[in-house]
Amino acid sequence: MSIQVIKAGILDTVQDAGRYGYQQLGINPGGVMDRTAMRIANALVGNEAKAPVIEMHFPAAEILFEETMLVALSGADFSPRINGEAMPVHKPVCVRKGSLLTFGKQITGARTYFAVKGGWKADQWLQSYSTHLTVKAGGRTLGRTTRLFPQQAQPYGLLNQETLFEALPWQASVTGLYKEGSLRMIQGHEFDTLTQAAKETLFSSGFTISRDSNRMGYRLNGQPLQTVPTRELISTAVTRGTLQLLPDGQLIVLMADHQTTGGYPRVGHLISADMASLAQKNAGEQFSLSVVTVQEAENILLRQEMDLQQLQNACNFRLAQYLLGV
Amino acid sequence: MSSTPAYQLYPCGDHAITITWGNTITEEANQQVMALYHYLCDRKITGLLDLVPAYSSLTLVYDLAALIKKNPGRSVYGMMESQLQEAVGSVALDRDTVRNRVNIPVCYDLSLAPDLVALSEQHRISVEEVIQIHTSSTYRVYMIGFLPGFAYMGSVDERIRTARKTSPRTIVPAGSVGIAGEQTGIYPLDSPGGWQLVGQTPLRLFDVTRAAPCLLQPGDEVQFCPITLTEFYKLKEA
Repeated sequence: MSIQVIKAGILDTVQDAGRYGYQQLGINPGGVMDRTAMRIANALVGNEAKAPVIEMHFPAAEILFEETMLVALSGADFSPRINGEAMPVHKPVCVRKGSLLTFGKQITGARTYFAVKGGWKADQWLQSYSTHLTVKAGGRTLGRTTRLFPQQAQPYGLLNQETLFEALPWQASVTGLYKEGSLRMIQGHEFDTLTQAAKETLFSSGFTISRDSNRMGYRLNGQPLQTVPTRELISTAVTRGTLQLLPDGQLIVLMADHQTTGGYPRVGHLISADMASLAQKNAGEQFSLSVVTVQEAENILLRQEMDLQQLQNACNFRLAQYLLGV
Repeated sequence: MSSTPAYQLYPCGDHAITITWGNTITEEANQQVMALYHYLCDRKITGLLDLVPAYSSLTLVYDLAALIKKNPGRSVYGMMESQLQEAVGSVALDRDTVRNRVNIPVCYDLSLAPDLVALSEQHRISVEEVIQIHTSSTYRVYMIGFLPGFAYMGSVDERIRTARKTSPRTIVPAGSVGIAGEQTGIYPLDSPGGWQLVGQTPLRLFDVTRAAPCLLQPGDEVQFCPITLTEFYKLKEA
């Protein structure tokens, strides 16, 4: 038994941690935009960290439960409701068969992640369940009437006779995992193509996320950055988080569906630890940049990984205890 | 001992390292890239996620989260840097690695080659000469990028080198063969594009249903073979 999409959202896809090992063929890794949220949503229902989840944007789909399921939402808060009653985010929730999940309004964030116990069944392409939108392979894009099945039978006995749904009595605390204030970058190989004034502008003036932003990249609007005269670059690899300088002096940050190579100056790279925070920012939001060294970027990620690991362990432990008691 | 031409290492984000032999498109630099690429493909480097060869550079993308957890207190970048240096020292960079030779049928009929006449006029040679020149050299697949399976090939004979269109087309059909400066390439999917279109191949450069979805690999050698419009449609339906 399954869930069924009653009303399609604007871009709801199945994603996992991405498709690696094929960038030499121009096949980009893709995967979830916010890996932190994927990991938390999965931990809340007792899944391994990279189990396939549904990534939803606002307005998100309306979803009918055709089976009682253990699910969780993490990432953005789109004020989810079950048959009109508020459903909490960052909590494991058992939802009764026949219930309808809807989303009211965008309260925080840009993407919500919907996990089910056992992970969602989807097409595997090149060892990944991530939906590759360009070549239309792997994963699944959710349209009206799409049915998705969990990979595992759902645990029974979680709900008493009366309730529509039941939130289990713990919540993942996620605030410390997202960066407040400026986002951090390391210098890119072509950082020095910026003029001295442009370097100062980069770190002193803010950037607004353009409407022209998607899973491939976020275009930023800010004071145009000038460059010193340089030779045209030949194509070289780019990565998730790369800040490319476009010919008009504006920046683009490469996101999950980035091209594998590019020929624009790479003035910086956002650090891995701050990518989830950027993925939860919407068009029109502003942020500023600060610079760290590669070593600092590694240290910051290590601390974040340890916090996340602790949270994942706690979630798994609580759920295992709870299921034993049911 | 192999000679090691001057190279430079730099971080390409906090989870990738690039080795470059300079900002140039030469067969020699690309041979070094491909030799190192094949050498590293054959070895198991812990935490390595992707190898991205380009014209004159190779980038290693690694699983930083997994590596820092396994090696707390150490510089992961430093570890990758020394492994890469060691590899460069032990690989024969001047030896060109095995290359597949791939023949690609191309139909140069004007109905499939919207820029062919303008290109021939610009270079003051006949359409037949453009076709003859384009099909008489073999091309090296320097790298794949832009789209899944989009091969950047070179070098195009000076007599037919043509800059990209000033205004890109919103849709270029899959299979279209284009020229951009000294590069030639084939669009694997319908996509926007600014290359000068001189023909079309009936082959599928990219097919998700194949176990190996891309027809071309970096380092391949490509020969274009002219076919008629009848042959084109026959092959396309096959």
